[in-house]
Amino acid sequence: MNFDLTDERKMLQDSLRRFLQAHYSSSVITELGETTQGYSSEIWTGLADLGVVGALFSEAHGGYGGGGFDIALVFEELGRVGALDPLLDTAILGGGLLVALGGDQQSAKISAIIAGTLQMALAHSEPAARYELSRVQTTAKRQGDQYLINGQKAVVVNADVADFIIVSARTSGDDADLDGVSLFLVPQDMQGLSLRNYPLSSGGRAAEMILDNLCVPATSILGREGCAFQELERVQASATLAVCAEAVGLMDCISQLTIDYLKVRTQFGQPLGKFQVLQHRMADMLIEIEQAKSALINLAGHLDASDVLVREKHVSATKNLIGNVAKLVAEESIQMHGGIGMTMEYELAHLVRRLVMMDHRFGDCNYHLERFIDLAVA
Amino acid sequence: MNLNYTEEQIAFRDEVRNFLDDKLPATLKEKVRLRKSLVKADYELWHHILNTQGWLAGSWPKEYGGAAWGAVQRHIFEDEMARAHAPRIVPFGVAMLGPLLQAFGSKEQKDYYLPRILNGEHWWCQGYSEPGAGSDLASLKMRAERDGDHYIVNGQKTWTTMGQHADRIFCLVRTSTEGKPQTGISFLLIDMKTEGVSVRPIVLIDGEPEVNEVFFENVRVPIENLVGDENKGWTYAKYLLTHERTNIAGVGFAVSGLESLKRIARVEQCKGKPLIENPHFAAQIARIEIDLMAMSTTNLRVVSAASAGQAPGAESSMLKIKGSIIRQAINALTRSAVGVYAMPFISEELEPGSNELPVGPDYSAKVTGTYLSNRKLSIYGGSNEIQRSIISKSLLKL
Repeated sequence: MNFDLTDERKMLQDSLRRFLQAHYSSSVITELGETTQGYSSEIWTGLADLGVVGALFSEAHGGYGGGGFDIALVFEELGRVGALDPLLDTAILGGGLLVALGGDQQSAKISAIIAGTLQMALAHSEPAARYELSRVQTTAKRQGDQYLINGQKAVVVNADVADFIIVSARTSGDDADLDGVSLFLVPQDMQGLSLRNYPLSSGGRAAEMILDNLCVPATSILGREGCAFQELERVQASATLAVCAEAVGLMDCISQLTIDYLKVRTQFGQPLGKFQVLQHRMADMLIEIEQAKSALINLAGHLDASDVLVREKHVSATKNLIGNVAKLVAEESIQMHGGIGMTMEYELAHLVRRLVMMDHRFGDCNYHLERFIDLAVA
Repeated sequence: MNLNYTEEQIAFRDEVRNFLDDKLPATLKEKVRLRKSLVKADYELWHHILNTQGWLAGSWPKEYGGAAWGAVQRHIFEDEMARAHAPRIVPFGVAMLGPLLQAFGSKEQKDYYLPRILNGEHWWCQGYSEPGAGSDLASLKMRAERDGDHYIVNGQKTWTTMGQHADRIFCLVRTSTEGKPQTGISFLLIDMKTEGVSVRPIVLIDGEPEVNEVFFENVRVPIENLVGDENKGWTYAKYLLTHERTNIAGVGFAVSGLESLKRIARVEQCKGKPLIENPHFAAQIARIEIDLMAMSTTNLRVVSAASAGQAPGAESSMLKIKGSIIRQAINALTRSAVGVYAMPFISEELEPGSNELPVGPDYSAKVTGTYLSNRKLSIYGGSNEIQRSIISKSLLKL
């Protein structure tokens, strides 16, 4: 048993941490929040140059990592500064699906992703799907050597800047069938695909997407028709690991801010940290954060488990636990700060908003609690 | 023991309901229901409608233009207002300064200020907290020094809710540094148009500029704006804390919040069925509802004791804690109910006739903002930690 990072990963962690600390601050985040892009191209290019995107892909695909602990390491560091870069959408979701399902021509895009010159988004979730991965109502109908896609996609993160969007659609079966879900790799600017862009509470941007007789060549399908579910689930496991790691990074930073504040803020003639009630609550919060870190390790260590059931139980266990801890940390950190914790001017607010919003990606606490029960019975 | 309202009380409740049915403008009701931001004109309109009915300051004595309501009537009114999605009455003039002036103000102050609170000529805000004086309010530092027939005021107030709309501010100021901190505080009324007063909005975590910093630089305030005696301001402010807190639990807000959560959960889908039929989710709603049913009765017990002349002490603190916990739980579960549509941050309203696609169902737009913003419920007006200390002090008497 060894919980230490390998030397290579330690080096990546050090250089990434230094880079992010040099480039992110609360004023940078505020400024980026006011841009229509939502993140900085300069920081993005810097991350790619540093090899951060490459760390999320295996050697076979031009990277030098791609394992569970690589993903955990990168996203935990991003979380520590509340970074806004769309690494999750472009590399983990977009890149991950190209790795899993792409034909030769499609997979050729991976090198551009690693180089930082191509942006991606996944348009999967739908207004009535409530995190259920197989609930796809958007349809794709084969017509000769084309598909005609119709439907609506909800909160497509990074759609605005994505060069290519992977769109899920049902080619057969009923609403929630596992079989019959297909994926298509579509240039973002195609006719028949319209976007309504907006900012997110977490920072970054997303769009509502209407697919109105979007006509794509049959060659844009990823993998075999109707067989995308398994790979979609596998990539979502990686994505869940990524947001959980980001949440752990955010919580580390938030708890440190809170500890610092309890030391410097004086009321009733002494630092707040001298009040036992706050000491105990801080201690409870830190116990829960340690639980979150262990849950994260559990998932990272089982991401490549040969038994899908084992992997997915860890996905749901970790997402549920971290969702609960995140809510506690968000609420308690604001409460222990008092009024200052409620202001956008203080760096806590962005971190808390980002942390709270993590619960709404890839299934919230409630969804994963039920899913864990279902998987345990299975 | 009788849990029911008397016939008179029921008649009053029906009168309030009918009034709200008739007179609450549909545009305001819709804004409040969807938790959209209200502008100053919205509050002014609603105050005007209530004042025309004589209900803007229902609990004030009749001689000052009130309706002399007791604690139960006031509770019924506040409860019905919240259930009907009426805008809240801005409390600073009506619920805070008014009763304080009635108890401690001079005849001239009462004659001048009270009618202007009711007719909307003055818009008040509260200047209590300072950057260094939050939970420890008595440590406040803003100085007011005598100079002939004026005070010269220097310092800063913060968390001034709706200060950007206000033209007057009532302040706790330091007039003496002798003795205990509480004994050197005075209660001063300041015209915000006076030279040296400046207001800076603070954007809160939901993106709304609800509160402000107010700066005072050599502001000259006539001595007749002092309320009561110099150095007695702390006593006056504390009087308000024990006499005007029947709505502290926010039962009406919790009831309407829970109703709206259920409405959302009936529309939202979970695995092809309405979310409200999901046993796990339904159990979470039920737990809150069970808690709220009991708290409503706790609230009525306190209201009833207050109408019998008992000044609530630790009970107010209990209600504030339980009320904030329940409302925050409703906000959190509502956020969960809307799923991925909790994520968009939509601050701007769509123009009528706009070609833009709406982002999710209309009820989802403000859900995350409300969840974040209502973290303030356990912070303002004496944080829940301060309230717990008040309760334990009254129990342990150590």
